[in-house]
Amino acid sequence: MNNKIKKILPQIITVLFVLGIFGFFTFNAQINMDNRGIDFGFGFLTQESSFDVQFSLIEYSGSHSYARAYLVGLLNTLLVSFISIIFCTILGVIFGVARLSPNYLIRNSAAWYVEFFRNIPLLLQIFFWYYAALRALPVPEKAGPWFGVTYMTIKGYYIPSFIWTNLDVFLYSILAVIISIIIISTYAKKLQENEGKQTPVFFISLGLIFILPTLTFFIGGVSLDFEIPVLKQLSKTSYVFDGGIGLPPELIALVLALSLYTSTFVAECVRAGIQGIGKGQKEAAASVGLTPNQILKLVVMPQALRIIIPPTTNQYLNLTKNSSLAAAIAYPDLVLVFAGTALMQTGKAIEIVSITMLTYLSISLAIAAIMNWYNKKIEIKEK
Amino acid sequence: MFNVIKKLTSFVAMVAVLFAFTTEAMAKKSKTLKNTQKKGFVRCGVSQGLPGFSNADASGNWTGVDVDVCRAVAAAVLGDANKVKFTPLSAKERFTALTSGEIDILSRNTTWTLSRDADIGLTFVGVNFYDGQGFMVRKNSGITSVNQFKNGISACTNIGTTTELNMRDFFNSRGISYEPVAFEKADEVVAAYDAGRCDTYTTDKSGLAAQRTKMKNPDEHIVLPETISKEPLGPVVRQGDAVWEDIVRWSLNTMIEAEEYGITSSNADSMKTSDNPAIKRLVGAEGELGAAFGLDNDWSLRIIKQVGNYGESYKRNIADPGILPDRGPNQLWTKGGILYVPPAR
Repeated sequence: MNNKIKKILPQIITVLFVLGIFGFFTFNAQINMDNRGIDFGFGFLTQESSFDVQFSLIEYSGSHSYARAYLVGLLNTLLVSFISIIFCTILGVIFGVARLSPNYLIRNSAAWYVEFFRNIPLLLQIFFWYYAALRALPVPEKAGPWFGVTYMTIKGYYIPSFIWTNLDVFLYSILAVIISIIIISTYAKKLQENEGKQTPVFFISLGLIFILPTLTFFIGGVSLDFEIPVLKQLSKTSYVFDGGIGLPPELIALVLALSLYTSTFVAECVRAGIQGIGKGQKEAAASVGLTPNQILKLVVMPQALRIIIPPTTNQYLNLTKNSSLAAAIAYPDLVLVFAGTALMQTGKAIEIVSITMLTYLSISLAIAAIMNWYNKKIEIKEK
Repeated sequence: MFNVIKKLTSFVAMVAVLFAFTTEAMAKKSKTLKNTQKKGFVRCGVSQGLPGFSNADASGNWTGVDVDVCRAVAAAVLGDANKVKFTPLSAKERFTALTSGEIDILSRNTTWTLSRDADIGLTFVGVNFYDGQGFMVRKNSGITSVNQFKNGISACTNIGTTTELNMRDFFNSRGISYEPVAFEKADEVVAAYDAGRCDTYTTDKSGLAAQRTKMKNPDEHIVLPETISKEPLGPVVRQGDAVWEDIVRWSLNTMIEAEEYGITSSNADSMKTSDNPAIKRLVGAEGELGAAFGLDNDWSLRIIKQVGNYGESYKRNIADPGILPDRGPNQLWTKGGILYVPPAR
């Protein structure tokens, strides 16, 4: 009995202590806010926001609510994080593998790349890409076309927008491709396990991806038009591109900075993962007659991934949180739109900051959950 | 077990002490004045650098008409206009810094609006500069009026300001589609506009005039004649300390009223023997005006002697550096402007 109390008492006291601290601060905040005539409440979310945002994935204008402005900021944060995570993974894998290359030049260039980009503060890199690199771009009227129809200018990167007819048919065909690839690869796996026959799944899939969606153009009534950006004169000396899609330079600078910076950390994770696999594994695989490609695909990578995934998850989380530096260069992310403008216009500091914190927490937990699920899938199944 | 009890008691004691502090502070009405006198300096929130209003030179000396309001308060309550600690704040940070108690006066070209005054725990004490929002464009663009703005124009500005809202009202009412590019710091806005990211830069006209002096080639830019909003700028204090509010309000009023009666930093002492009782009250030779705030009777004399009257402050900070040589509406009501303050009596 006495032992039990000894065990539980410190825990109870800790909980009470933590609750006490929270209670104290809440109480104090309440009193201070009362004193200064500040109301606490989330009613402002439904009010008209009356400010515009530069770049939004959903329809938004100042006549929408603050809740909608929050959504605009959140989507912009997710967009920049999503694009950067993809780029940093691709770059990270390339440079991670390159650091282990037997080629002297490749190996050392990769090492330089990693050391250079990971040792400069991220905010500086963001400023560099925004103010130095992007500002070196031409003004719209002097921009020559890239790939015929896209224009890189100081006001943004302008690309043609697609105008689809019967887009749904096209999307269904892609869905059909995905489903058939899954069926084929399961069947191919079974065939190999049962009869030892190998099926060229990769080439079959590639063929499907090309043929099926293309067919919809001929028999599904799908057609595609481009709206090409056109130069438009604003005044005697200033121009802008009209039509098409304009990606703001702020987004480009942020993606560049975030993916280059984070890719160096991912590269190190990849290198560590591959180096963590014993030499004996490769030799054993070679001795049973696997080709170098098969060794990498069937023996090294599955084991290396187990080492790579957990630290890489951390890098993804860091990237998402780092995207809040967007506010420095006017990219309208969650922090700039919601914890910036909305906070200023409403004065609801406590409410808005707690919503923003909870949002980042949820995004991070969601990424961690996905990565943990993937990690579970590839980890060693003890039998 | 004994250890646990000991820890518990010390925690309870700590909480009790903290509570005692907060409740004691709440009971006293002019907590801010007391704290200021105890600290020995006035905590003043200013901009991150707006020539003419609040700007620091290379050696960290702050000057400007907004800065002078804080200096006036310091002269009144501490006897020395230099006893001010300036905190540079972005538009986004300013109100939180004030309501959370990091600063005691916010004197940072802040527009007085209903929602700010009523909603967020602030009190505006007066107006030290009547302003309005305008647009700056490049001279070679050929634009001479906002009527020439076309769809697709990009406008650089600050976030968290009334500017953002006025801009929307302006473009919306004219049915012009525009791209707002909003930065947190004024310097970043200027850098972006100067580099050609935006076609126009919009903020208060005084701000445009001041920022223009910071650009690579100030002569290449013009401020369009139209004013699209009312922007009465003035100092702000926290809600809930009426005495402090009065001190700041009347420090500003003293500067304006001193100009009205022709009292300057150089002639203030000689004005003590003036025949005009209004002047005598302002220089502390008659009446007991300071007592109402818990200050001595020379508080207003010190403001005039150390900081000068409003006209001197305007000339020194805004007119002489060539930012806005014409006082416009910021002229005394007796001289065709709209500066009019209640009488000090």
